[in-house]
Amino acid sequence: MIEIQNLHKSYQMGSNSLHVLKGIDFSVKEGELVSIMGSSGSGKSTLLNILGMLDEADEGSYDLDGVLIKNLNEKIAAQYRNKFLGFIFQSFNLINYKNALDNVSMPLYYQGVKRSERTDKAMHYLEKVGLAQWAHHLPSELSGGQKQRVAIARALASDPKVLLADEPTGALDTKTSYEVMELIQGINDEGKTILVVTHEPDIAEMTKRIVNLKDGRIIDDTLVNQVKASTHV
Amino acid sequence: MFNKERWSEILEALNANRFRTLLTAFGVFWGILILVLLLALTNGLRKGVSADFGNFASNSMFIWGQSTSKPYKGLPKGRRVQLKIDDAAALREQVPELKIISPRNQLGGYQGANNVTRKEKTGAFSVSGDYPEFIEQEPMDITAGRFLSYSDIEEKRKIAVIGKDVVKGLFDYGEEPVGEYIEINGVNFMVVGVFQAANSNGNEEEEANTIFIPFTTFSQAFNRGDNVGFFALTAFDETSITELKPRIIEILKTQRTIHPDDERAVGNFDRAEAFGRITGLFDILTLVGYIVGGLILLSGVIGIINIMLIVVKERTKEIGVRRALGASPWNVRSQILQESMVLTLISGMFGIAVASGVIWVMNYALGPSGAVENFANPSVNVTVALVALGILIVAGLLAGLIPAVKATQIKPIDALRIE
Repeated sequence: MIEIQNLHKSYQMGSNSLHVLKGIDFSVKEGELVSIMGSSGSGKSTLLNILGMLDEADEGSYDLDGVLIKNLNEKIAAQYRNKFLGFIFQSFNLINYKNALDNVSMPLYYQGVKRSERTDKAMHYLEKVGLAQWAHHLPSELSGGQKQRVAIARALASDPKVLLADEPTGALDTKTSYEVMELIQGINDEGKTILVVTHEPDIAEMTKRIVNLKDGRIIDDTLVNQVKASTHV
Repeated sequence: MFNKERWSEILEALNANRFRTLLTAFGVFWGILILVLLLALTNGLRKGVSADFGNFASNSMFIWGQSTSKPYKGLPKGRRVQLKIDDAAALREQVPELKIISPRNQLGGYQGANNVTRKEKTGAFSVSGDYPEFIEQEPMDITAGRFLSYSDIEEKRKIAVIGKDVVKGLFDYGEEPVGEYIEINGVNFMVVGVFQAANSNGNEEEEANTIFIPFTTFSQAFNRGDNVGFFALTAFDETSITELKPRIIEILKTQRTIHPDDERAVGNFDRAEAFGRITGLFDILTLVGYIVGGLILLSGVIGIINIMLIVVKERTKEIGVRRALGASPWNVRSQILQESMVLTLISGMFGIAVASGVIWVMNYALGPSGAVENFANPSVNVTVALVALGILIVAGLLAGLIPAVKATQIKPIDALRIE
């Protein structure tokens, strides 16, 4: 599903150049649930941003489901993001003046899906994350866990090939974190490819493969026995 | 481009901070209100002054004799030029473009001594010796009796057509003036008609203080011989009196033996030219209205730009999220543009509506005739409303442009990073 070869990325900080990614080779097959770990500054967020087409690599190649992601202009990048990727953020990033349903239907809006169809689909995904009865509530009326569920529903709404989660449990307490992970595992069990960036080992344990990043290089890439989040709850 | 989804998006966004939206909208509302009001007031002023000016046929001029400034054919300089009645025949023959040639003589007038008496009443009025067609040059309403006729001229009848105020000054209330006699400088005239200035707004009083008597009677009664005080000339509509003026003056110079280069001997007042000047003045006033109103509107637009920039800044993260979810730069730009357009247009249309209300109240208060001198029925026509609308659309686009570009300049990744 994802093929990355010799990826380099550096940032210009004033006169200094900060080499963040120093040659990453990495691939993800369909249906995998991968966690990317590393301390802060290890380059894990940068990697995720490049995977999410929010940022572009200086060097190396990135292949997503057979499509070479290179020299994208903003318009095409937006199309690809919409079609291929679903984002889950640490701080949820829901639009605060839109209710849960409208937040979930946003990717569909940008796909040009008609309103009634959009509402049906969005409602379907809200049901999936167990928030159907909260559909017409604003984000401010939801708890942190609920917000993240709405965000997950939104990421799923466009039926993307890959879900990218950046510290999805970073702003949640342990119990809620496990509930969210349970949801993520459930989605993965249905065959969705998911990448999770985290620095919490217990969260990483709940994925099927852990990739360890340090100083811009992959130092460890191991398959693990998945711990089912449901056993913790 | 404008569908239901967009609308709800825009309204949601504008609703998110209602008070601020309202204050921003006020800037544009105020600007367009003042723009429209300024144009309406200018229009009112123009109408008022034109009405004041407009009774006398506009394609006209007055021409009279002054003193020569050059000796000519043995005649000395400083000689008084006296126009004669045969000058009228010469003009009629040589300038066929002239529609009306009115030789006139006048007596008395503004602040003059009492010159008219009737029984024990006296008054100071201006007395004018005229030909019947003068009424075509200066329209007036005959409220009783008739105006002068050619048989009056031919028979040198001692008759008079008097103004409304002359009636007031010389007759008791309720007395019927027609058929009565008045004494002008010791000569008895029978009143045959009463007039008032037609739909006049300004110099009503002055005009209503006049007594018209036949030109020929005037000459005989007041010893003017074949002298003419001045000519009132009106050209046919298709010819401009201003263009005819040099020819007319030349003819009069030949007639009265004046040096061809003598600039001072013949005086004139060109109403068409003066009217043109006033029209020009109002064109400038209108332009000033547009500029001042436009500048005030501009500050409103700058207010919108400002707020939209803040909105963009505040929503940087939201914009980042939207772009992560697949909004193209154009999606983002057009949304910001449309938000500012909607804001500008709605507040602007509200401004136009309120301005129309204010104008309506003004007209209502002024009444149909216009109670204020030189001011009548301020109004905005469809053109002004359309121009204002056009300005609004341009303003709205302008107001959204900078913030919209700004919104897409931030990379989605940077937008997301902001906490």
